[in-house]
Order: sequence, then C-alpha cells, then structure tokens
Amino acid sequence: MKELQYPFDVEYLIKNKKKIKKVLLEKEGLLEKRVAILGGSTTSEIKNMLEIFLLNYGIKPSFYESEYNKYYEDAMFGNKELDEFNPDIIYIHTTNRNIKWYPNILDDEATISEMLAQENKNMTQMWDKLFAKFNATIIQNNFEYPYYRLLGNKDASNVHGRINYINRLNNLIYDYANTHNNFFINDINYISSCYGLDRWANQFYWHMYKYALEVPAIPYLAFNLANIIKSIYGKNKKAFVLDLDNTLWGGIVGDDGVENLAIGPEVPSGQVYQEFQEYLKEHKNLGVILNIDSKNEYENAIAGLNHPAGVLKPDDFIIIKANWNPKNMNIKDIAAELNLGADSFVFVDDNPAERHIVESTVEGIAVPEVDTPENYIQIIDRNGYFEMTNFSQEDLKKNELYKDNAKRSQMMSTFDNYDDYLKSLQMKAEICSFKPIYLERISQLSNKSNQFNLTTKRYSLSDIENVANSENYIKIYGKLADIFGDNGVISVVIGHIKGKELHLDLWIMSCRVLKRNMEFAMMDELVAQAQAQGLTTIYGYYYPTLKNKMVKEFYEEMGFTLIEEDEKGNKFYKMNVEGYKKQNNVIEVER
Amino acid sequence: MEREEIFTRLNNVFRDVFDDDSITVNDNTTADDIEDWDSLEHINLIVAIEQEFGLKFNMHDVTTFKNVGEMVNVISNYLNK
Repeated sequence: MKELQYPFDVEYLIKNKKKIKKVLLEKEGLLEKRVAILGGSTTSEIKNMLEIFLLNYGIKPSFYESEYNKYYEDAMFGNKELDEFNPDIIYIHTTNRNIKWYPNILDDEATISEMLAQENKNMTQMWDKLFAKFNATIIQNNFEYPYYRLLGNKDASNVHGRINYINRLNNLIYDYANTHNNFFINDINYISSCYGLDRWANQFYWHMYKYALEVPAIPYLAFNLANIIKSIYGKNKKAFVLDLDNTLWGGIVGDDGVENLAIGPEVPSGQVYQEFQEYLKEHKNLGVILNIDSKNEYENAIAGLNHPAGVLKPDDFIIIKANWNPKNMNIKDIAAELNLGADSFVFVDDNPAERHIVESTVEGIAVPEVDTPENYIQIIDRNGYFEMTNFSQEDLKKNELYKDNAKRSQMMSTFDNYDDYLKSLQMKAEICSFKPIYLERISQLSNKSNQFNLTTKRYSLSDIENVANSENYIKIYGKLADIFGDNGVISVVIGHIKGKELHLDLWIMSCRVLKRNMEFAMMDELVAQAQAQGLTTIYGYYYPTLKNKMVKEFYEEMGFTLIEEDEKGNKFYKMNVEGYKKQNNVIEVER
Repeated sequence: MEREEIFTRLNNVFRDVFDDDSITVNDNTTADDIEDWDSLEHINLIVAIEQEFGLKFNMHDVTTFKNVGEMVNVISNYLNK
C-alpha cells in the first residue's frame, strides 16, 4: 500500500489506521506471528502502527503488551499471560527514560564505569532470561540522545556527559547483538536523528501520556521495526529494476548522445548520478540483483552504461531489457528469467507515469516515489527494502550465482540430450544432516522459498536449531556445485519420526537449481537415512498455495502413491522404503 | 471561524479517528458517549485535531477539556487570535 511507504503522510495514517487495517486484513495468505511488546513507556500507539505496517508486509501479528513500564518485571520474574502467549518476537521498547543511573558530575571514572557495567548487566540478564524461556527473536531499542546537554558540547566527550554515557551504553548493547543470534537492534538513535530530536523528544507527550517520543513520530519508529521483522521472515526485496535516462544518468542517451550525458564529477548533476550509481553498486556487493528496464535501443543503452565516468557497467546487471515494450511486460519477463517473483523487485524510474503503470499492474512490486535525483538515495534507503538481519555468505555471492545460471541456459541450447547436458555440468552435491554452519541459510531458505515448497511451512532460526538438535527428525540439506560455480545450500528436507513412520514436514528447493535432478539425489539420501533408522514408510504432504503449483505432482514423480486428496487440493502420499531404487545418476554425491 | 464550522470539521475528525460514521458530537459530548474514546485513543484524537486545524495545544489546554464544547472554545480561541 502506497500510504505505508516512506515518506508517509503521518496525519493520514493516524486518522485512518482503522480503515487501513480493515483493507489489509482482506489480503490472503497472511503469515501469523505473535509479537510481545515489553515497554518502558506507553506503547499502545506503537502497537497500532506496527500492526498496519506488518499487515502491509503480509504478516498478521497478534500482540501481548506489558503493563505500563513493566518490561523488566515481565522479563525477569515471568508473567503467566506472557508465558501462555509464547511470543515469536519480543520487542523491548526502552528509551533513555529507562536508564536507571546517570553519572553525577562528582563521580570519578571508576564509579561511572561501574554504573555502566551494572546497567548493562541488568539488560543482559533480562535478555538471557527471555532467551532461556522463549523460543523467540528479541528486538531491542538502542538509546536515543537526551534532549538537553548539561555540559553543552562537552557532553559528548566527557565521561560525565549523558551523550557520552549513552554512546558507551549503546556500544555494550551492540556487543551483545554481535555475539547473539536472534537478537536485533532497533536503531532509534538513528531514527530519532533523521526525524529531528527536538520534535522526537517533544515533552508534551511524555508528561501528558508517558510516550517517550511524540505521537506523530511513531509511524517512523513502527516502520523501522516492521522492516526488521519482515526481514527476519524472509520478506526482503531481492532485486532492483532500473530505468536508465534521467534515473542512472542525466539526459537521454538516444537523443543527446553518450558524450553529453550528465554523469561523473565535473558538474553537480553528474555528481548526483555518479553517487546514485555508487549506491546501487554497493547493493550489488551485498547480493541485491541489478536489472535494467528502459525504453531505449539496446545499443544505446549499452553505450550509455559504458560511459567512462559511469560506476555501473553492463556486466553489473543480470538482465538488461532495453526495448520499446511496456515496462510492466519487461518486468514480467525479468521475473520469469530470474525465477523470482516480481513482488521481490524495487522499480526505480524518474517518470511518474511509468511508475504509476508498473505500480498498478505488477502486484507487490515496490515503487519508491523518487522525485528529484538528489533525493533518490534517501527515499530508497529509508524504505528499508533490503534490511539486513540474517546475513549469510550466500547473499554476497548471489549476483555470481545468477550470472552462472544465465551461462548455463546458454550452454543448454548446444546439447540435444538433456541427460548429456546434465552430465556435462559435472555436478557435485553434498547431502548430509544439518550442520551448525548452515542453520542460518537453512532458515533463510525456508522463509524465502515459495514455488518449490510442498508445505510452505516457515522456520525461524530458533525453530531450525530445535530441529537440528532433536533425534525425532530426519533433516537433510543439499549443496550443489558444478563447473560454473557453487550454488551453496539449495535444498532442505525435514521429516518427523513417528514409530516406524516418517512424515515429511518440509521439502524445499531453490528455483535456481530446477531441473538438475537434485530432488532425486535428495530423495535417495532421505530413503537411505530412513532405512538406516529402521523406518518402513514415508508420508508426503502437498498443500497448495498461490505460488507452489510447480510441485503439485512432485510426490508422484518421486514414486509416492497418492492416498487422498481433499476438495482444497491438499494431497497425502505414502511410499514404502523397502524396494526403493536409487534415482539420481547425474550428480556425484558426497554424504 | 464560526463555532458551527468548527463543529462540522471536528465531527469529521471524530468519525475518522473512531472509524464510525454515525458519530455526531455536540457541546455536551464526553468520552462516555463514544465507545472507543479511552485515554489511549484520546491522544490520537488530539493529534488529529491539531493537524486538522493547524494548531498545537499546550498541556494546560488538554488537561482542561471536560467536553467537546470546551474543546471547541479552545480551538476557537486559537483560530480567532
């Protein structure tokens, strides 16, 4: 919903949140999550705003809210209601109002360090306690700056200054974040400075209602928080689809000629586009895929991208569509070629008419309202499309992977027999039970895979850790490499054991290795492990969604027998372990 | 601005905030008359009214509102200053 993109009309959101909520609740396939808000000040409106931003991301939250300023008590001493609620996410909304001790000007340095250590210990104990009790992700505010400075400018550098103290305290929180999985910082220190600390800290709202920030600032806080949560559940965007003329450079390459484009350090407008290209290039390095969708002759587009002052070169893009087709059609083609949903794209175009057409015809695509080039970066950045939470090495390699895929499709056309082609790829797989180093990737894959996904069951990192540590599951991952490169972990199967039976809870595979016979190699290993544990029967389940039609007949192909199919299309299968014959003969498997 | 006009605009704000088109406020309306008007919604109402009329209440104003009529008096004072 456009109203829930940065920049917001706060007045509209505050007045219309109930209507917005009603509309968003009509969406199908919402992911239900339990969010506990443990507050050190009033949180009611934070909850309301968070709800609509999460709904907009396809997440339907239910809430537990601690009593006013009872975050610490709830965490440390327990609360029956909270226990029963059993949160997936615990958000701790503390602010500088909740800091117990501040340095006094007479304190010596040792006393202040001790104070800091005690403050940190209280928080650390609280987080440890919550982690011990709940299988949940914790999101913790850092501390925003105070709205006055007793020592003036010295407040920042002197140990007695509150600014100095808050910076040190924040660094201690970051140490915890850097050493704990499932723990994330909601950076209100940054958000409050973007918003403007004077307004953020409007004391009217504290004294009247015990809100630690002014109510009109709450959408910014809630949006920032929703971005963290949607990222945890794999709902980040994955790719840019970019226009060229007046988006990546100033001017129109077909009319003005390459030599007259504004790009590079010589003129102000050239600088602006250069910085924007640098910003996009940084995203490529983070694993975001870059593509072009431009109304241009292909040769002109390539010539423009080869401009000597340009930061982005044709090689930085996976797919370049430079033609005269409608942009929304190109976007659908790009989605098909990348095997990604168009709802994982961010479309950037200076032309409002193009933005409008794409926004209204491509479901779920993000179209930031970029106005003037010097604001492109800020508007895109504040929208948090690519919020980093579970950041894996796989992400860094993503562009290479997609490029390898493009090479593979080219090679395929030179083989007549598909098996010969597969053999020529010299595929090597590693298929084993879960290993600690891959758990993060496995959880990520379970949240991202929509198409090759039989049950669409999602696993948070802590869910996956539980499966990994339990004997009641067969849990295998598959990695696949070939002559073009390593795809990393691309398939996961989880089944729970019940007597002599194995019930498959999850079978997913990344679409970038479709049609490589990897599923047969996974099946071989699954059966081998079942046999080793003395199991006799494997049961498979297929639950249809809007996106997983591709695996509707999957279990039939694997050799299962259909037992039952209900009116919704849910299918239930069975296979006897005895007499199973290995099916993969093109991939060399290391177990 | 006349009281009547303030009432009309105020009424729209109430309807938006409480998402209820059957609301009609008058001088004597209080929080007891509107089901969802609790202390937590009160703040949203205040923010929405400030934005509708382009003014900022201070703490004294907000603590003295006893009913919608008093609210209109305060708004009217700001607007006709």
